[in-house]
Amino acid sequence: MYTQALNTAEAPGAPVDAAAAARFQARIDAEQRIEPRDFMPEAYRRTLIRQISQHAHSEIVGMLPEGNWITRAPSLRRKAALLAKVQDEGGHGLYLYAAAETLGVAREALVDQLLAGVAKYSSIFNYPTLTWADIGAIGWLVDGAAIMNQIPLCRCSYGPYARAMIRICKEESFHQRQGFEIMLTLCRGTPAQKAMAQDALDRWWWPVLMMFGPPDAQSQHSQTSTRWKIKRFSNDELRQKFLDATVPQARFLGLTPPDPALAFDAETGHWRAGPIDWAEFEAVLAGNGPCNRERLEARRRAHEDGAWVRDAARAHAEKPRATKAQAA
Amino acid sequence: MSGICEPAMGAMVGSALTLVETPLLRALLARADDALILGHRLSEWTGHAPILEEELALANLALDLIGQARLLYEYAGAIEGAGHGEDDFAYFRDPPQFRNLLLVEQPNGDFAATMLRHFLYAAFADPYWRAMTAAGDATLAAIAAKAEKEMAYHLRHAAAWVIRLGDGTAESHRRLAAALDALWPFTGEMFTAEAGEAALAEAGAVIDPATLRPLWDATIDRVFAAANLARPSGEWAPSGGRAGRHSEHLGHLLATMQHLARSHPGATW
Repeated sequence: MYTQALNTAEAPGAPVDAAAAARFQARIDAEQRIEPRDFMPEAYRRTLIRQISQHAHSEIVGMLPEGNWITRAPSLRRKAALLAKVQDEGGHGLYLYAAAETLGVAREALVDQLLAGVAKYSSIFNYPTLTWADIGAIGWLVDGAAIMNQIPLCRCSYGPYARAMIRICKEESFHQRQGFEIMLTLCRGTPAQKAMAQDALDRWWWPVLMMFGPPDAQSQHSQTSTRWKIKRFSNDELRQKFLDATVPQARFLGLTPPDPALAFDAETGHWRAGPIDWAEFEAVLAGNGPCNRERLEARRRAHEDGAWVRDAARAHAEKPRATKAQAA
Repeated sequence: MSGICEPAMGAMVGSALTLVETPLLRALLARADDALILGHRLSEWTGHAPILEEELALANLALDLIGQARLLYEYAGAIEGAGHGEDDFAYFRDPPQFRNLLLVEQPNGDFAATMLRHFLYAAFADPYWRAMTAAGDATLAAIAAKAEKEMAYHLRHAAAWVIRLGDGTAESHRRLAAALDALWPFTGEMFTAEAGEAALAEAGAVIDPATLRPLWDATIDRVFAAANLARPSGEWAPSGGRAGRHSEHLGHLLATMQHLARSHPGATW
C-alpha cells in the first residue's frame, strides 16, 4: 500500500574506494539507474534494503486492517473490489521483497526481522478499521498519501525499486479513486452513512498527515537519501502536496477535517494545517499504537501456523521426481 | 438495494426476501450459493495464509467464485422477474433460504482442510460447468463457459496441494487425512438433484449432477493415489443443504456477511 517517509540513510560505514564512490555519485547525478550488479556503496545498499523491506512489510501488514472488512462488505461488488485490492497489496509486497532480494538479502530473513519486531512498517496500519467507512477512508487518504510518496520513487536511482514502483503506483491510484468513490457513496447516502464517513475522516486525518514522517527540521538523514536520489521531496513538501490535493476533496464530499486551525493561505495558495501531535506518532512507532500488538501477533500466527505447510511443500519438492504424480 | 419487508406473523417485520422459487430459480440459487459461500470462506484467509504466494492464490480463487455467484444471481433475478438483484439474494435471505451444499459452508480449519474441501468441490464443479456449456439455456451455457475455465485452474491448484500435503511430511499427511475424515461425508450431496432440478435435467435445461460421478471418482482416485490417501469408509452422509437445512456453521457465516447490509435497509453502498 505505501511507504512511510523513512529517512533511514545510514552514515557510511566501511571505507569505500573513493574513486568508485565518485563514479557512483556521478552516475546518480546524471540520472542513470543503478542496477543490481553495479557497484554501490554499502550504505546505499543497506539504506535501500531497509527502505524497500519496510515498504514490503507495510504492504503485508496493511492487508490486515482492510482484510478485517472483506467478510462484512455490504455488497458483492464492494466485497469483490476490496478482496481484489487487498490481493493487490499482497502482490506489491511480493515484488517489493523481490526487489529487495536483488540487493542480496533473502525474503525469509526480511520476514524474520518483521516478526521479531526489529523491522518497522508504516505506523498507519496500527490504527483499527471500526466501520465500513474506514475502508473508504483508507483508500482515499492512506492510498492518497502513499501515492504522494511513491510517485517520486518511480524515479528512484535504484532500477528494480523504481520499476516496481511504476506498477504499484498505477494500482494505488486506482485504489485511491475506489476509496474516494466509497466515501462519495456514503456521503450521498443516508444520514447514518454520512455520519460514518465523517467519523472515519475524524479518526484517520491526523494519522494520515503523520504518514509523511517528522517535520523536515527534525529529519536528520534526508540529505543522504536526497543526494542518492532515493528521496526526491522532503517530508513537509509531500505533506503539503497531500493537504492541497485532499482538503478540496473533503469539501466536495461535504466532510470537515478535524482541524479547527485548517485554513487556506491566499497569499501562497496553500492549505495550512494546525499543529500535528508528534507525541502520538512517536508512541505508535514505539509500539504503543492501538493495534501494534494485534498486527504483529496476526503476522506471527500466520507464519507459525503455516510452518508445517512450507515444510510439506519443501519435503515434497525435494523427493525424487519418480515418486511424484502429476496433479489432475 | 433492500429486500422486501413483509409483515410476518404478529407485529414483527422481518428483513428477509420473500421468494417464489420455480425449479430453475431454485437450481440457479443452489449453484450461486455454492460459489458465494465457498468464495466467502476462502476470503476469510486473507492476511493469514501460510505463504505469500498462496495468499494471492486464495484471493484469486475467492474472486472467481464470487464472480460466478454474481453472474448466477443476476440471472436468477432476471428469471424471477421481481426486480431482485445480486445483493438481495446474497444479503437478504435467511439461512434456510440458502441452497448451498453443506460441504462449502464447513469452516476453513487448517490449510489442509481448506485445500481438500476445495479439491473435493472443484473435482465436481470443473466437469459440471464443462457439461453445462452444452446446456439448453443459453445464458447458463455462457456463464458455464467462464466458470469452467476458472474451475479447471482451481482443480489443478487444489489437487497439486492435496498431493504436496499428502506426500510431504508425516505432519502434513496426518492433517490431510484428518481433514478427509471430516469432509468426505459431505461429498455425496453434490450428486443428488432435487425433484425440480431432475425435471429440468430431463428437459435438457441443466445437467443431472449424478452423471458426473464417474468423472469425479476418477479424479479423486488419481489424486488420492499420488497423495497416499485412502477413501474413508463410513455410512454417515449428511445432506439437506439444497433444501435449506444447514449445519450450524452457515448461520454464523451469514451473520457476519449480512450484518452491515441488513443494519441499513434501503441504503446504497
